[in-house]
Amino acid sequence: MDKENQITPLLEIKNVSKDFSGVYALKNVELQIYPGEVTAIIGENGAGKSTLMKIVSGVHKQYEGRVLLNGEEINFKNPKDAAEKGIVIIHQELNLIPYLSITENLFLGKEITNRAGLLDYPKMNKKARELLARLQLDINPSTTLNQLRVGHQQIVEIAKALLMESKVLIMDEPSSAISDNEVKLLFEIIRDLKSKGVAIVYISHKINELFEIADRFAVLRDGKNAGSGSMEGATRDQLIKMMVGRDLRDSFRKDEIMHGEEVLRVENLSFQNPENRRDFLVHDVSFSLHKGEVLGIAGLMGAGRTEVLEAIFGLFPKYVSGKIFIEGKEVQIKSISEAIAAGIGLVPEDRKLQGLILSMNVVMNSTLANLKHVSRYGFLNKKKEEEVCSSYINKMKIKVASPKMGVQKLSGGNQQKVVIAKWLATHPKILLLDEPTRGIDIGAKAEIYNLIGELAARGIGIVVVSSELPEILALSDKILVLSESKLTATLSRNEAGEEEIMQAALMEKE
Amino acid sequence: MNTQQIKQYLIRSQSIIALLLMCIVLSFLSDSFLSSENAWNVMRQISVNVIISVGMTLVILTGGIDLSVGSILALSGALSAGMLKFGTEITDMNLFIGFSLVGALIGGTLSGTLLGWFNGLTITRFKVPPFVATLAMLTIARGLTMLLTGGFPITSLGDQMAFIGTGWFLGIPMPVWISAMIVVAAIVLTKKTTLGRHIYAIGGNETAAALSGIKIRKVKMTVYAIAGALAGIGGIIVTSRLDSAQPNAGFGFELDSIAAVVIGGTSLSGGKGTIMGTVQGALIIGILNNGLVLLNVSPFWQQVIKGFVILLAVVIEKINSREE
Repeated sequence: MDKENQITPLLEIKNVSKDFSGVYALKNVELQIYPGEVTAIIGENGAGKSTLMKIVSGVHKQYEGRVLLNGEEINFKNPKDAAEKGIVIIHQELNLIPYLSITENLFLGKEITNRAGLLDYPKMNKKARELLARLQLDINPSTTLNQLRVGHQQIVEIAKALLMESKVLIMDEPSSAISDNEVKLLFEIIRDLKSKGVAIVYISHKINELFEIADRFAVLRDGKNAGSGSMEGATRDQLIKMMVGRDLRDSFRKDEIMHGEEVLRVENLSFQNPENRRDFLVHDVSFSLHKGEVLGIAGLMGAGRTEVLEAIFGLFPKYVSGKIFIEGKEVQIKSISEAIAAGIGLVPEDRKLQGLILSMNVVMNSTLANLKHVSRYGFLNKKKEEEVCSSYINKMKIKVASPKMGVQKLSGGNQQKVVIAKWLATHPKILLLDEPTRGIDIGAKAEIYNLIGELAARGIGIVVVSSELPEILALSDKILVLSESKLTATLSRNEAGEEEIMQAALMEKE
Repeated sequence: MNTQQIKQYLIRSQSIIALLLMCIVLSFLSDSFLSSENAWNVMRQISVNVIISVGMTLVILTGGIDLSVGSILALSGALSAGMLKFGTEITDMNLFIGFSLVGALIGGTLSGTLLGWFNGLTITRFKVPPFVATLAMLTIARGLTMLLTGGFPITSLGDQMAFIGTGWFLGIPMPVWISAMIVVAAIVLTKKTTLGRHIYAIGGNETAAALSGIKIRKVKMTVYAIAGALAGIGGIIVTSRLDSAQPNAGFGFELDSIAAVVIGGTSLSGGKGTIMGTVQGALIIGILNNGLVLLNVSPFWQQVIKGFVILLAVVIEKINSREE
C-alpha cells in the first residue's frame, strides 16, 4: 500500500513486537507516519495503541523490531530523549502539576534562567502568553493549573507540546475532555501544524471526528495491523469491521439456561460526577436482571460501565439517583454494607488495589466481607473461618499451598478466585463483576468463565463489565452497551455481534 | 528444619534476640543490672509507655498516627487529680459534688476517651490527616491542662490514689499488673475479634476494606477513642506515682510510644504488626535507657544512641521485608 506515495515517511515502525512477560501486546506491527499529515490510529481497548505510542516516545525501551526516524534507526533512552529528537506525546491522562502556574508547567525541565542563574519569569511569562494567544486561550499564564477546567488543562498540555517544536506530535485521545468549541480550535491548531510539516498521530475513539481531521488511518487489532489506508473513501462501517473482525479464538459460550424471576431491576439510574455535579458519569440507565442470567455491560473506556456497578453497590449514595428493586422490592442502598446486606457483591476492576488485602492470607481475605458468619459476639471462630475458606478452595479449585498462604504469592487467576470466593461467602443474590479476567492468562480465563457459568446456573444474577468484546459475547445472555454515560443499546444473546456492539459503543451525542 | 525456615524463624524473633543480647551485654557491664530490684524498676518504668503504645499500635495498624497521647495523658491525670481533691463546685446552684477514687478514675479515663473520639471525628468526618488532627489535639489538650491546673501541680492525693502507681499486689507492682491486663486484652482484640480483623484490613488496603463492607469510619473512631482512653489510664498512673498531677506531664511521650511501635516491627503504613512486637519495642527502649543510666552515659549521648537504635530497627525491618 501507498507504494506510489513519493514522500518518504518521517517515522517508520518496522516489524515491531513487544511482550509483557510472555503475553504479546504488539506483534509484527508496521506503521508509517508522514510529515504534514494526520495519521489516525484506531482500535479497540487493549488493541495495542498505547503500547505502540509508548515505544515510539521512549517509554518502553525493550522491544523487537526497528523504529526509524528520517530513515535512521533510533532507540530512545527515555521520553525526554525522544522529545529532544522531536517526538512529543500528549498523554490521555494529564501530566501537569496542579499547584504550579501555566508558565511553570510549560517550562518544566527547560526553564529559562537569567544571568544570575535565577528563573527569568518575565521572559517565560511573555513566551507563555504568546503561546496561549496562538491557542486562543485568554488566561493569565500565572494562573495555577488546578484553577483551570480540564479542557483548558488539555490545551495547556498541547501548548507544552508546541513549545518543544516537535516533528512528530502524538495526541492520545486529545478531544475526550474538551468541549466542541475547543475541539474546533484543536483542529485549527492541527491544520496549522500540518502546514508547517509536522507529522501528527491522532488516537481517538470518535470515528466521526477522524473523518474531519485525519488524512490516513491505521487500524490495530489484538496487537497486529488490521488495515490501513487513506481516510478519503473509507467508511465508518469499514473501519469498525477492521477494528473488531477477529477470528473467534474464544470458543467458550455460556450454556443457555432457563432464567428465573427478576432479581434486580434498575430504573433511571443516574450518577453525578462528584467533582462536577453538572456532569453525569451514568445518565438515566434502566435494566433488569433475572436469576441465572448473565448481563454483559460493554462500552469504551470512560463510557460509565464501572460507574453503573459502583452506583448500584452504594459507593457514592449522595450522587446517585434512580430506583433499585431487588426481587421486586424497592431498596434504598445508602452504603456498601447495605448493598451487601441486600445481597449484592462486587468483584472490582483492580484486584490488587480494590479486591484484596495483600498483607493478609487466603483465609482472612475470603471471609472479610462476611465476618459475622464466622464470629460470635465479635469474637472470631478461626476453625469455622478455615472451614469456610477450605470449602471454597475445593469448590473453585483455587491453587494454594495452604489456606494460610499470603494472597500476594498467588497467581492472578487464583487471586481473582479468592476475591470471588469472598463474595460467594456472603451468599449473594446478585454478583457484579468488573473486568473479571483482566491480566489473567488464557487458561485461568477459561476457568473463570466456567465458574461464572456455574454461579449463574445456581441462580445468582450476574452482571459482567468487560472491555473485551469476545468475553462479553461469550458470557452474556443480554448485553447493555453504554456510550458517553448513556445506554445506547440493549441486545439479546442472539442479536448481538461485535459489530452491533461497536456501533452502539461509538454512538455519539448528536 | 531447613536453613530457609531457620532464617524465617530468626527474622520473626529478631526483637527477642536483640533484647536477649542487650541483657547479656548489660549484665556483664553492670553488676546491678541483673538484680530483681532493677528488673522491677525497668518494668515499672516502661508500663506507662506500654499502655500508651498499645493504643498507638492500634492507630498505626489502621495507617494513622496519634501525636496527642502525651497531652491527653496530662489532661486526664490532672482531671482525675482535680476531681479527687477538689470535686466540682457549681457556685450558681450552691452545689458541691465530691468524687470517690473510683469516680475520679472513671472521669480521667472518660476524658481521654472523649478526646480520642474527637480525634477520630475530625479524621473521619472532616478528612483531616491524622498527623495534623492529632497535632492540633496535642496543643489543645495541653492548653486545657494548663487552664485546669493554672500551671501548678495538683499534689497530695492520698494513699489510695498512690497505691495505683506505687503499690504492689502479689509481689508485682500495680502498674505492671495494669499494663499486663491491657496487653492481654489488646492481643485478644487484635487476634480474635472482628474489630481486630477490620483494623488490619483497613491498614492493609482501605479501598478493599471499604469495598468489603467494613465501616471504616466506625472502626477508626473506635481505635482513636481506645488510644485516648489508654492515654487517660497512663495519666492516672503517672499522677499516682508522683502523687501529683503535673501540668507538663507526658511531654514527648508520643515519640517514645511511636519508637516502641516501630522498633516492635509495626509498619507505619499500616496493616502489619503485633501488640507483642510493641511490648518488645518498649522493653528494648526501657532496658536501653536503664542500661545507659547504670553505665553513667551522659543523658545527651543517651538520646543520640536511642535515635540510632530506632533507625537500626527500621532498616533491619526493611531489609527483612525485602527478603520475604
